[in-house]
Amino acid sequence: MSVRALPLVFINMGGEMLYVLDQRLRALNTSEEQSERVISDIIGTLFSKSFMDELLKPQPLYSHRTMKSVLTRLAHTSIMRLNLASMDRLYELMLMAFKHQVLLCPRPRDLLLVSYNHMDSMRYMVRDTPVLLNQVDETHRKLAEVYSDLSEGDFQLLRQTLLMFFQDSHIRVSLLLKAQIQKSSGRFLLTASGPVPVGTRVPGLIRMFDPKGREVSRSEYPSGGSYSGAVREGSLELNGDRVLKLGLNMYTMEHPEDTHTSNTPGHQSDNSPNPLAKEELNLLAHLMGSMMLEHVPKGDPGFCISFFSPEPEEEEGAPGGTQEFRVINIQAVQVGRGSIKQTTEAA
Amino acid sequence: ISMYHKEKSIQIKNSASALYNNLGVLRIAPRRLTYFAVVHANVVNMISASWDGLNYSHRQLQSKEPNVATSTSLIMQAAFCVLPSRDLLVVTSQKGIQMYESDGSIMVYWHALDTPETPTAQAVFARGISAVPDNYICVGVSSGAILVFDVPSKGSNITLYEVLEEHKESITDVASECSGSQECIANLVSADDGGNLCVWKSGEEFQLLNKIPGFDMTCSSVKLWKGTAVAGYGTGQIRLYEAVTGILHAEINAHARWIYSLDIAPFSGLLLSAAEDSFVRVWHLAMTPETNSMEVAHLHNECVTDTQICGAKFCDGDGYAFVVTGYDLSEIIRFVQS
Repeated sequence: MSVRALPLVFINMGGEMLYVLDQRLRALNTSEEQSERVISDIIGTLFSKSFMDELLKPQPLYSHRTMKSVLTRLAHTSIMRLNLASMDRLYELMLMAFKHQVLLCPRPRDLLLVSYNHMDSMRYMVRDTPVLLNQVDETHRKLAEVYSDLSEGDFQLLRQTLLMFFQDSHIRVSLLLKAQIQKSSGRFLLTASGPVPVGTRVPGLIRMFDPKGREVSRSEYPSGGSYSGAVREGSLELNGDRVLKLGLNMYTMEHPEDTHTSNTPGHQSDNSPNPLAKEELNLLAHLMGSMMLEHVPKGDPGFCISFFSPEPEEEEGAPGGTQEFRVINIQAVQVGRGSIKQTTEAA
Repeated sequence: ISMYHKEKSIQIKNSASALYNNLGVLRIAPRRLTYFAVVHANVVNMISASWDGLNYSHRQLQSKEPNVATSTSLIMQAAFCVLPSRDLLVVTSQKGIQMYESDGSIMVYWHALDTPETPTAQAVFARGISAVPDNYICVGVSSGAILVFDVPSKGSNITLYEVLEEHKESITDVASECSGSQECIANLVSADDGGNLCVWKSGEEFQLLNKIPGFDMTCSSVKLWKGTAVAGYGTGQIRLYEAVTGILHAEINAHARWIYSLDIAPFSGLLLSAAEDSFVRVWHLAMTPETNSMEVAHLHNECVTDTQICGAKFCDGDGYAFVVTGYDLSEIIRFVQS
């Protein structure tokens, strides 16, 4: 299968991670300074030259366990700490959001537009930090270099590789359920309507030709859908109009419960008990090694966040404290060398 | 009145992966059985179903290659090949080509692909499987080559007979003439990721009869019937070409998304098309003798709600019944003529 899928997994799932973190940090009233720092530390690591170079080497996709390890490490390149349960939930949110985007993207090639939507959003998050902006732009340039040569068939193979990675994941996500793009079975809605992808004709027409190539007859048939012609193609330029909406930030401040997930009965999200294969361990070593933890100087105050209350339905109207206060897990966390700090500022 | 109605589904042990032509069907008339094969990542799920619908038996084939100690590889396709004297199940993966007895019980042949130590920019895999008269099995490779295997009437003495190197892009599908007509000169068609078709005549030496250029869009599934190459593309279109001349007879705006599978019921001329747009459509092909051209008419639609279809096949030569499966789906849905 495709050896070009890995960078897109990290850019898109990394992008989703930042959407969730951004929303949760705001909802938890974390200080602006700390929020910004968390966001920019993660973006700085994700788009660092060493990490991107490692991702862009041709290689297969790995197990969810490996991916989760690397994404956990990515989240922890900031001063923020997530407990295991929170990281599990965060991973599910990233996974299902990206699955939806890959499944629904009109043409396999549009995976690039989805990725650029994530990158545009991340670029906006660090708009005041020129160093980071440069890193994101440099990644944009590298992606253009690597992916512009790929044929339609290569992109379809890449998409099929990603779909295999998401296969049998049917975790329900509040945000997606509410937006009516996911069903209670955990599957996504596919509509037989709307514009067809660029390069595709609206179904319903049969044309016949004579040996000279002249059209001799045309007949229509009922397609069973209500499609319309393709809309214009999104731009792959640095600051272009992507047209496609998949991959943009769907989380809003008004609905903090959007980050709630639940497993569908009878489905396991990840059941790969296999010990990590040798090549996976190599990948882990390479990727982990390429992530420099330069952002956490010795003795820097860190803070731990539990993003997801264990019983979210009890959040509302609970006496004794604000919602923001309740979902923050105030813990003493050890960061750096032996310095124990507690910096959460709730309510 | 609907032409087909839905019957009880057949459960699969694992869900189907999103791969072209991801459903194999073999009818064993003497035993009143049908075999089905569906790929899930590195497993082929086989089901043997009795025609009375009372008995189902399951078997799972892992893509564990002999002499390859490391990880298993992902499977690209599993297809049944019907030769005059025997039937085989052929499984293609990233590592090579496996041939089994049609019930999956014994692996009779294994061909390893040249895989580089470290991954290169180009993925390596085999995809596109077809039996070709008289005793050949053709398998496509990601390099664009087509491997021709000579298959003896029994035993495991299968040999790589010839390598056809005309395609420049990854092979997607190969198909042999399915009408059984001896009048057709061409009896093999191959398709690639650029939408290019090659038309062949099999024999002691395989002969390239024609090349039909593509338009930089994958032809994901191809069939050959009464000298007409029927090709399905990523644009959702189906094109009908006279194979030996390359003359375009018809073009159908058939689907709103990428086509994944075509099939033909050779006795009735019914054509089945299935795509990521969740639709399966049945068409009727007929040769008009006066103009010597292929006419096409639409007959039937089925929508498998919220399912990107990856495999669809007729169960018999008349097109009386067909089966469908899709990405993330753990069942084979059956449709039977009303």
